[in-house]
Amino acid sequence: MKHLLGIENLNKDQIMNILETAVSFAEINQRQIKKVPTLKGKTIINFFAEPSTRTRTSFEVAEKRLSADTYNIAVSGSAIQKGETLADTALNLQAMGPDAMVIRHSVSGTPQLLTEIMDCSIINAGDGFHEHPTQALLDAYTIWQRKGGFEGLKVALLGDIYHSRVARSNIYLLNKMGAHVSISGPGTMLPKEVEKMGVTVEKLPKYAVQDADIVMMLRVQNERASNLLYPDVREYSRYFMLTPELLKLAKKDALVMHPGPANRGVEIDDVVMDGEQSVILEQVSNGVNVRMAVLYLLLGGADK
Amino acid sequence: MKRESINVKKVLLNETEMGKIIDRMVYEMIEHLSLLKNVAIVGIRTRGVVLADRLIKKIEEKEHVKLATGTIDIALYRDDFCKNLSSPQTGPSVLNFDPEEYHIILVDDVMYTGRTVRAAIEAIMDYGRPKSIKFVSLIDRGLRELPIHPDIVGKVIETSPEDKVAVFFKETDGEDKVVLG
Amino acid sequence: MKLVIKNGTVVNPLVGKTEKTSIVIENGKVTEITAKPDTKDAEVFNAEGMFVAPGFIDIHVHFRDPGFEYKEDIFSGLEAAAAGGFTSVCTMPNTKPAADNVETIRYMYERAAKGNGVKLYPIAAATKGLKGESLAPIGELAEGGAIAISDDGRPIQNTDLLKRVMEYASTFDMMYVSHSEDLYLSETAQMNEGYYSTVYGMTGNPVVGEASQIARDCMMAEYLKLPIHIAHVSAALSVDIIKFFKERGAKITAETAPHYITLTDEALGGFDTNTKINPPLRSEADRLAVIKALKDGIIDAIATDHAPHHQREKEVEFNNAPSGIVGLETALPLVLKLYHDKELPIERIVELFTAGYKIMGIDGGKIEVGAPADITVFDPDYQWTVDKNMFKSKSRNTPFHGFHVKGAVSATIVDGKIVYSRDF
Repeated sequence: MKHLLGIENLNKDQIMNILETAVSFAEINQRQIKKVPTLKGKTIINFFAEPSTRTRTSFEVAEKRLSADTYNIAVSGSAIQKGETLADTALNLQAMGPDAMVIRHSVSGTPQLLTEIMDCSIINAGDGFHEHPTQALLDAYTIWQRKGGFEGLKVALLGDIYHSRVARSNIYLLNKMGAHVSISGPGTMLPKEVEKMGVTVEKLPKYAVQDADIVMMLRVQNERASNLLYPDVREYSRYFMLTPELLKLAKKDALVMHPGPANRGVEIDDVVMDGEQSVILEQVSNGVNVRMAVLYLLLGGADK
Repeated sequence: MKRESINVKKVLLNETEMGKIIDRMVYEMIEHLSLLKNVAIVGIRTRGVVLADRLIKKIEEKEHVKLATGTIDIALYRDDFCKNLSSPQTGPSVLNFDPEEYHIILVDDVMYTGRTVRAAIEAIMDYGRPKSIKFVSLIDRGLRELPIHPDIVGKVIETSPEDKVAVFFKETDGEDKVVLG
Repeated sequence: MKLVIKNGTVVNPLVGKTEKTSIVIENGKVTEITAKPDTKDAEVFNAEGMFVAPGFIDIHVHFRDPGFEYKEDIFSGLEAAAAGGFTSVCTMPNTKPAADNVETIRYMYERAAKGNGVKLYPIAAATKGLKGESLAPIGELAEGGAIAISDDGRPIQNTDLLKRVMEYASTFDMMYVSHSEDLYLSETAQMNEGYYSTVYGMTGNPVVGEASQIARDCMMAEYLKLPIHIAHVSAALSVDIIKFFKERGAKITAETAPHYITLTDEALGGFDTNTKINPPLRSEADRLAVIKALKDGIIDAIATDHAPHHQREKEVEFNNAPSGIVGLETALPLVLKLYHDKELPIERIVELFTAGYKIMGIDGGKIEVGAPADITVFDPDYQWTVDKNMFKSKSRNTPFHGFHVKGAVSATIVDGKIVYSRDF
């Protein structure tokens, strides 16, 4: 495996291998000295063409703990707005000789296009509404650590599925691992024919959450309200917020997850967010473990 | 962990021979232990761990002591990472003691180029600064590439770089033997 | 100068004949159709094993001239047309300046006159600046030689204005060509809305946008008792609506493009910006419905919607790429697949490539004694691999690069002159 573009093209064994490898890194991240020399002399570019704090930081921490040399490039706007083509941008970055590039881009498919232009490993850190594979992997790692496996788990995935790359990657991953995903969100946030991806679509969250082992919330982007997706925050939270009452419908030991950054009082109630069932901060810690594992496996040479 | 298949050219040690050698190594290690306090025995993943476990058991039985133990994984410290075929499988390292307070005896099944030991030393150093590190190996097959030598060795054999040396353990492989392939 | 196209299978659907014969051409006109031609002093084109058809017409191309000559100009566009077997083309008005003034129409004719001979018929803008706000000077545009009117690429959303455009244009016998799209539904869309837009994570443009505008425009045509032509039909629902109004007797004609019978929205999985087209590639069910409509006569013509864009404009993130692909030089083999798959007889294939004459009210589409010798000769079985770098067009934006295809243009003849011949 040279690139990580999405979960769609991974199989169960590859996913398990990443999760198992992450265990080694979890141990390193518990040490006093949280650094190993594995990627000494390797150059990794973090190319973020969309604002991101936590994913970028998480990658950067992972890279530095593996002793790679990392460079952050934050670009606002697209190449074309500067009169440069994507190909030109890519070739310029290529000329800096990176061994890997981590890319976040607002346009779906851009990481894949880059693999056709650049020689280095490309790691998708989120593209448009398409995929966010490392987020799904860290969610999976969290579930695996807490639940011991995936087979037969019921996962409720709630909120803006339409605009969520996290949702797509998680649906692929959880299906491959034998979990069952139920989704719910306002009709404007459900993409067409999403049931063909192998999920159960429920009108209201209370049906999706029923007996769930995992309740996974998605971020509602406030700025999208103007985009005719929902009337206002008040109405959204009334019907789609994860409240303690709603959570009671899930299994007693259900985990509450959120890819962050969470909008308290919009999609998730404070009490739930800070409650005992919430593993939201654990997800963040696990992000570093999983990203270290991904970098380790991708940069470990040719898997031919 | 299942070992990869090996085309056996010659059996170097059978079960009896291997048992005697391990017993002798145990005595040598006990001598060291009597000189030192705070000794920890650490196996190098994956086969060094099997040997270390056996050594620990025998020492604890003979001396009626409880030893500090650990496991070290060197995959992340290899100097040939990225040149090798693919990312080697990793497992967590476990050191359930404060390395700063201990003398560490590292254990592996076969000593060869010395690169594994170097990586293991570096890995241990990331946990802290042990009082000392010694190295114990069942087989020393020569062909060193670094100035590193075992303190206690079971048997020295002469090999060429094309040879493979494989140690089988009852615990993982069903029998004790050392073969040349 | 005498030219004999010898021993080809002449497919002449408007005359109602398909026969193996030879065609004698003198002074730009067909002078004889005979099995035993006199080849003395004549240039002979051996068409053995080939089909000889009336010159093809593409009633929907974008030549980008004036204004965007770096994408295509009239000369390169006409070369591409010749290479694709087209002896006539109708150009869409979204140039810069738009073809909403008679000077631009005249400029196009003047440039085309200096070209390779392929005939160019400009379609003029329906509204000033293609803005959909006020009437273009349709009378003067007609007088200047515009063949029809359209706001292709930026369709008229205001239904009252559409009505006025059609009413006013009828005075000058100018037909409205409808690019049917609801701009509200397609504003941020990148592809067809459906399973694949969900999976690829892109905003979708639902079939409803196209179909509802087709319905509106057909209703208007029926109400006003005026003809209308529906451009680039891409969807099953659109076909049903056209069928409905045709059966009611409305004067409706329709075209589709080769890519809608070849590819579906699944093809966007590689995020190749050369699969970004408007209307978008639709579902497999839509593709099959469009093929069936060609069979049933609901769709009358093939037009390529040849839309050149420079490589640098397409080598960008998917959302930032302009829509459209070049089509002139790949149209014939893509449509001939329906012949090889036994979906359509060769007569229907030729009909689809020549129906544009009647739709646009241009003389042509028949091989007959005395008519201008506009003829397309093609080898249905020749196999080749599409190589975008061999295109005569200035642009390379095709999703078909590397496709293995069957069927190729052997010669394109305009007014008795060979304007293109393939070196086999």
